[in-house]
Amino acid sequence: MTQTNGPASDQGAGHLTEPTSRQAGDSGEPFLVVEDLTVRFPTADGLVQAVSGLSYSIEQGSTLGIVGESGSGKSVSSLAVMGLHDAKRTQMSGSIRVGGTEVLGLSNDRMRRIRGREVAMIFQDPLTALHPFYKVGAQISEAYRAHHDVSKAKARAKAIEMLDRVGIPQARTRVDDYPHQFSGGMRQRAMIAMALVNDPSLLIADEPTTALDVTVQAQILDLLQELQKDFNSAIIIITHDLGVVAEMADDVMVMYGGRAVEYGRTREILVHPEMPYTWGLLASVPDVTADPDARLIPIQGNPPSLLRPPSGCAFHPRCPHTGKVPGDLCRTTLPELTRGEHGDEHLKRCHLPDPSAIYEQEILPEIAPDLVEMTVKDEFPAEVGTGLVEDSPSDDALPKER
Amino acid sequence: MFGYIVRRLIAGLLVIIAVSMVVFAIFFYGPNDPALAYCPESRCTPQRLDNLRHNLGLDQPAPKQYAEYMSGYVHGRHIASGGISIDCDWPCMGVSFKYRVNVFDYLWKRVPATFSVAIGGAICFLTIGLFSGIFAARRRGTTADKAIVSTSLFINAIPYYLLALLAYLYLVQSLSIFPQTGYFNPLDEGPMKFIGGMLLPWVMIGISYSTQYARFSRGAMVDALNEDYVRTARAKGLAERIIVRRHALRAAIVPVVTIFGLDFAYLLAGTIFTEKIFGIQGLGLAGLDAVTRTDLPIISATVMMGAAAIVLANIVVDILYSVIDPRVRLT
Repeated sequence: MTQTNGPASDQGAGHLTEPTSRQAGDSGEPFLVVEDLTVRFPTADGLVQAVSGLSYSIEQGSTLGIVGESGSGKSVSSLAVMGLHDAKRTQMSGSIRVGGTEVLGLSNDRMRRIRGREVAMIFQDPLTALHPFYKVGAQISEAYRAHHDVSKAKARAKAIEMLDRVGIPQARTRVDDYPHQFSGGMRQRAMIAMALVNDPSLLIADEPTTALDVTVQAQILDLLQELQKDFNSAIIIITHDLGVVAEMADDVMVMYGGRAVEYGRTREILVHPEMPYTWGLLASVPDVTADPDARLIPIQGNPPSLLRPPSGCAFHPRCPHTGKVPGDLCRTTLPELTRGEHGDEHLKRCHLPDPSAIYEQEILPEIAPDLVEMTVKDEFPAEVGTGLVEDSPSDDALPKER
Repeated sequence: MFGYIVRRLIAGLLVIIAVSMVVFAIFFYGPNDPALAYCPESRCTPQRLDNLRHNLGLDQPAPKQYAEYMSGYVHGRHIASGGISIDCDWPCMGVSFKYRVNVFDYLWKRVPATFSVAIGGAICFLTIGLFSGIFAARRRGTTADKAIVSTSLFINAIPYYLLALLAYLYLVQSLSIFPQTGYFNPLDEGPMKFIGGMLLPWVMIGISYSTQYARFSRGAMVDALNEDYVRTARAKGLAERIIVRRHALRAAIVPVVTIFGLDFAYLLAGTIFTEKIFGIQGLGLAGLDAVTRTDLPIISATVMMGAAAIVLANIVVDILYSVIDPRVRLT
């Protein structure tokens, strides 16, 4: 794994991912490069600083998980990639390059040709994301015809093919169903079919399983992974569920208060988290194998105001570890996104001088006592870090819709 | 769907029967003695009045009179009294006290004028209202939006009769910008004369009614444009005009259909102000004329026709819902 650009910083984060042969375009840069992205919304109460100085990149065919709580800027940054913010009500700066094309400030008409074709998106609630008045098939063929000059009959055939591909049974007849005649899982499958009908290079999935039954969630994630291999598209999966990240993502970026606070290879971040907010996220994941009486450990306090963000590190008002930082640094100075203790694949935004020691000695015994006895570095990562888990238990244990 | 319509029609018929009972009660218990209408003022002796009452069946018990009245709606009836004898064919709504003619025939002749006003006016106010509402919604918060909203409130604050009257006085009488208004049969007098006579009423109804449609459609459109499925349409890379027309408008039209159904029914029942000011011989003017002359058969007939129009409009609106929104099941 090579880091191509000197000391890690906000800018350097973009080069974190591996430059391999799966390049988009001739420029030699990853398919999607976001650099120093800032998104603000002027409101009557002031300027909402939704995203600040965000940089990341994704290679063709790989998956980035963006994790954070509501208001962390994870959805806002992805909508910016799609150009879905109202230009009149949004201030954006920085750079977003899709396949080498700068899309920030692109005219609406040119952006329209990228949307759906180069970059497609699926949303949290497929019931509200599909138009209730139009047939599912018509909505898919509409997406296809927006970018392909084909007859309605051809587009319909394509819609049937895609519905079949995402595992809708009897696609030939279900193509004429309305969204309300589909189950929740089928609707999200239809959304995926609609997103992939133009074979986009990047699929942004904004909490694709949050609104679904737990039993269906795993099927949708499996489907996404399966289709990712077939279509070789990159995926950004936005979630607050670290379990989803562990299963899906090659890289993970943890966001807090509009900034990346930890960014790196998924196995790295999950095994050696170095930022107290990430620890908090890990601690609040329920563990089915744990003692049923054990209480979840929530992160104290509320998400920061984006109107008047806290000084210094945005997380400091909720951080239980500020005392371990010399001086008043957490409150006064915004930490840079710097290299973690475990190598180049890991960036973190934290002043703590020795985060790994604190994590292993204080946090880990509390959130996963059984893991401490195991040799953490060898056993745990193999399970969570690979990104593409072939035979996840959900595959066999759950009844399939298809 | 068919069963639903049949059931709604039956329910509507019950509503109309209920209305007919109320209308009939006005005859029977109202302050005006119908017999007086047939009794020449100068030579109206009590003896003569009693004769008239007997001839008209007014001395019969109320249920019997009501049955007689309603039988006219079913198979027509023969009305004879004090020297007049009229065959009142189906659908018999009685005989005008004043004109001594079959009320249905009298009103039926006026239907084309009223329908012309209603249909032309509806086309005008829907066009003006929807266009300005959608325009404002897409530019929410801009000067254009504020101008449309405040103009709509301003026009809405002016009484319609004042607006129409001023328009008539200035645009037709003083300045002669518009030709003389009125209903001219397009078959007899040519379509140009018909349109010329109707133009100003259409424009005035269009402007006046459009204000609430502008605000309704603006609100519905603002909501629709914020819907997730409109964001999906954008994410698909559709052109803006398709997003607005096919995705947002289709949803925003639902609340508009509701108020349109009622407004249109009222227009069909006759617009008194419009017909009076612009001199259009329609149902509204007939009703007004009947009220001033206490011509009870005509009053009751216009009420019944209005009730029928509103009942039918509601059924049509419900059917339209199911056409627009496939989730609405007509069962």
